[in-house]
Amino acid sequence: MTLLNVERIKLFSTRSPYWCLAAIAAASLGFATLFGLVENGEAALPYIFLRGVGLGMSIYMVLAALAITTEYRFGTIRNTFLGVPRRAAVLLAKTVLLALIGAVVGLVAALASYFLAKALAQDPPVPLELSTWDDWRQVVGYGAIFAIAAVIAVSVGTIVRQSAGAIAILLLWPLIIESLFTLIPTVGEKVGPWLPFAASDKIVAPTTGIANLFQPGGGPDALQGLLVFAGTAVVLWLIALLLLQKRDA
Amino acid sequence: MIEAIGLTKRYGSTVAVDDLSFTVQPGMVTGFLGPNGAGKSTTMRMVLGLDNPTSGRALIDGKRYAALHRPLTQVGSLLDANWVHPNRSARAHLRFMAASNKLPARRVDEVLELVGLSSVARKAVGKFSLGMKQRLGLAGALLGDPQVLLFDEPVNGLDPEGIYWIRTFMKNLAAQGRTVFVSSHLLSEMALTADHLIVIGRGRLIADAATTDFIAQATRSSIRVRSPRLTDLRAALIGANLQVVDSAPGAVAALEVLDAPIEQVGELAGAAGITLHELTAQQGSLEEAFIQLTGDSVEYGGSRAGAPGGAAPPGSSFRPSGSPPPGGPLVPGGAPTGPPAATGPISPAPQDGPR
Repeated sequence: MTLLNVERIKLFSTRSPYWCLAAIAAASLGFATLFGLVENGEAALPYIFLRGVGLGMSIYMVLAALAITTEYRFGTIRNTFLGVPRRAAVLLAKTVLLALIGAVVGLVAALASYFLAKALAQDPPVPLELSTWDDWRQVVGYGAIFAIAAVIAVSVGTIVRQSAGAIAILLLWPLIIESLFTLIPTVGEKVGPWLPFAASDKIVAPTTGIANLFQPGGGPDALQGLLVFAGTAVVLWLIALLLLQKRDA
Repeated sequence: MIEAIGLTKRYGSTVAVDDLSFTVQPGMVTGFLGPNGAGKSTTMRMVLGLDNPTSGRALIDGKRYAALHRPLTQVGSLLDANWVHPNRSARAHLRFMAASNKLPARRVDEVLELVGLSSVARKAVGKFSLGMKQRLGLAGALLGDPQVLLFDEPVNGLDPEGIYWIRTFMKNLAAQGRTVFVSSHLLSEMALTADHLIVIGRGRLIADAATTDFIAQATRSSIRVRSPRLTDLRAALIGANLQVVDSAPGAVAALEVLDAPIEQVGELAGAAGITLHELTAQQGSLEEAFIQLTGDSVEYGGSRAGAPGGAAPPGSSFRPSGSPPPGGPLVPGGAPTGPPAATGPISPAPQDGPR
């Protein structure tokens, strides 16, 4: 708890997290508003109008990566280690804090966007009801996605120790690298959906109804997607921990 | 107490710290002296567990830093005043450090008061001057009221008032029985602050001695004499088995008598009936002594013209006698005979150690 508190003080005593959180809110709610209003909400499928929250995940990864890379940029990582020489504990506290905040941010952003779109859309293609677990999953799944993405971001930030590098990796990986991989004949098609960020999308992807038409066939189901994404995070985190222990601060 | 035992740090093929062993005792200020790049910062970082030694150990009161419980209550350090987030307030910076060692927020306000930063506690550190950042760093070091303190080049870039303030501060800490270990590349500064010196060059131990002993040993003394009858005087002095050196060409004609009591020189001249125009005891400056000692171990030295002993860097900030060392080239006004050495007290770029 002590170390979580330390990380909390550090995180919220600089400006960048507030900007990132504001950007996440703008992206999530903006997208929901757009889809709720345009054409009376004819295109307001949860999977579609929650894409803004998906964009928010990228922004949250920037926030989480900066939480560690700025410590290297400004040298405060040394002050941190001088106070707590057990580096594993430091990394764990930072990761847990950002994952927890990520879960809350993802959840709140998704729920707020959902109810905003629901309130705005007069003629949605499917009834916007949260009745079955499958309905819920497509919204609350963002909590899990944000939390796991935060772990990946902290790990990448710890590994590369450099803001620009970490952010480039975290943005290009889901947006470009995985898409390019899918272009490889045969293999790309089969393995592509199992790549971490593609798999993470399955956590909130619909499995039935019209919305399912947007989904490529094959690949993991929601639980498998969650496991692939979480597994990636764990592996990266362990690599980060190993490097953190071995390297000079 | 701080102990280094066979401490070694290699970066690839470069040896930054080479089998360094020393002990830093409580109750006094121990200076850690060496030219830029000698390995002072690296050594301090290893003592504080930031860098892993290639071999050897560094212990604080018999324990590795990583094994200390609530380390800030036992060891305080200021290695680099720029280790702050520019958008974070001074208070938030100290508060996270305090929280990591379960120190109350009240203590943060206390140390801010102690270093005179209370009025700017809530200002972003990015707006601070270097002197203010140094004070903030000092506040951080004092947070846990530790018995052991390490400072890396604390007076670098400070104005005279700041230098005086830090110097007094360190002396007071030592007087309270604490262990104070402070690095510097300025012997003149250390001569005023430190009771004991650990001198390194190229990562190796050069000297481990009381400051007064070190300075007495390192700076040779000589007598400068001028006379209208210089030739006769030289003959008289050589006749008394004294070592005599001529002053450098171009300078006012004078003789340097090495390792002789000033009385003897005066009496010899008097006995021979030679008029003297000058009879001065001279001591080599601290910088010269330092350069002589570490001369072979300067990592990034500029080429130095002149005889062994070298010329004093221009504009030495503090020179007790203002004279080049005996035996060295005598230059009017102590002007430089070559490019300033990297060890010079006015050499810029306090960057230290391989990064």
